[in-house]
Amino acid sequence: MNIGTFFIYLAVMAGVTYLLRVLPFVLCRKQIDNVFLRSFLTYIPYAVLGAMTFPAVFYSTDSLESAIAGVFAALCLAFFEKSLLTVAAGACLAAFLVQLAEFLKIISW
Amino acid sequence: MKEFTQGIRDGIPIALGYLSVSFTFGLMAAEAGFTWWQAVLISAANVTSAGQFAGLDIMASGGAILEMALTQMVINMRYALMSLSLTQKIDRSIHMRHRFIIGFEVTDEIFAVAMSRDKKVSRLYMYGLMICPFLGWTSGTALGAVLGNILPEFIRNSLGIAIYGMFIAIILPKAKKAAQYLKVILIAVFLSCCFAWIPFLKAVSSGFVVIICAVLAAGAGAYFFPIQSETEEKQLSAVKEAED
Repeated sequence: MNIGTFFIYLAVMAGVTYLLRVLPFVLCRKQIDNVFLRSFLTYIPYAVLGAMTFPAVFYSTDSLESAIAGVFAALCLAFFEKSLLTVAAGACLAAFLVQLAEFLKIISW
Repeated sequence: MKEFTQGIRDGIPIALGYLSVSFTFGLMAAEAGFTWWQAVLISAANVTSAGQFAGLDIMASGGAILEMALTQMVINMRYALMSLSLTQKIDRSIHMRHRFIIGFEVTDEIFAVAMSRDKKVSRLYMYGLMICPFLGWTSGTALGAVLGNILPEFIRNSLGIAIYGMFIAIILPKAKKAAQYLKVILIAVFLSCCFAWIPFLKAVSSGFVVIICAVLAAGAGAYFFPIQSETEEKQLSAVKEAED
């Protein structure tokens, strides 16, 4: 691909993404008073994160087993309200240990 | 200044999660024939995962410009929703010119962390919060494009779960404390599972799925369990006290 074409694609891609993000941010400067709309916007982050996490998290590693281990670790740590970093690291570690075990099993065959 | 450093600290786990995802992006960009600086430029200009992966495909296959614009619009439409939600959370005195900069980096994770704060979010906090994720996202892309296949796959893959761990850390404590949040989350998860597993719903693109699930779940929440605003609650209790 020549450089010119690349930059046209890049500009369109980044431009559309930027406008979507920045327009509501710049245009809406008031407190929203409508209770329905306020509640809706308060719930949105949790709904978004819920929908993005499940079921995608189960396909985020090499194997279902390691993903389940990671989710379990994350749920336990989050339940006790550990920090974001601790929960994320715990999930990685649990998934990693299971994957390592699977990896070693393949090698030892 | 305290706000700024707190923002930086809260950005670190996001940055770590981003490293792994953007590493994969850099790797794929290199495989698709892009140079490392092109990959980094795409990451720096967009800072979005799903949109970039889709955009890469379109570029590599020489798709139409309109296709690129529409795809980005559909996948990233959720950001408009998040930005709107964030306007209610940030300090309202934040000046226009800062809004143009802060708005640039409204990502799923930055949005989620900012929203999970228990007070109004200041300009300095947002700037602090933006720094590490941006560095993580761009440097991860560079590393992925240059180092590519050196890391064994099982190590790379176990990093992929980091982002989700963080999401769980944000939603679970809230769900534990307030039943209406738990219900909203469960509705969203149920819908998202339907889209993942029911044959004809599987065809819907992931950007749309998030929008549909979130709008339905948050809409149901707003309809069945409306939240009175803090000021209203205070006014109500003040009126009550006066009546007593």
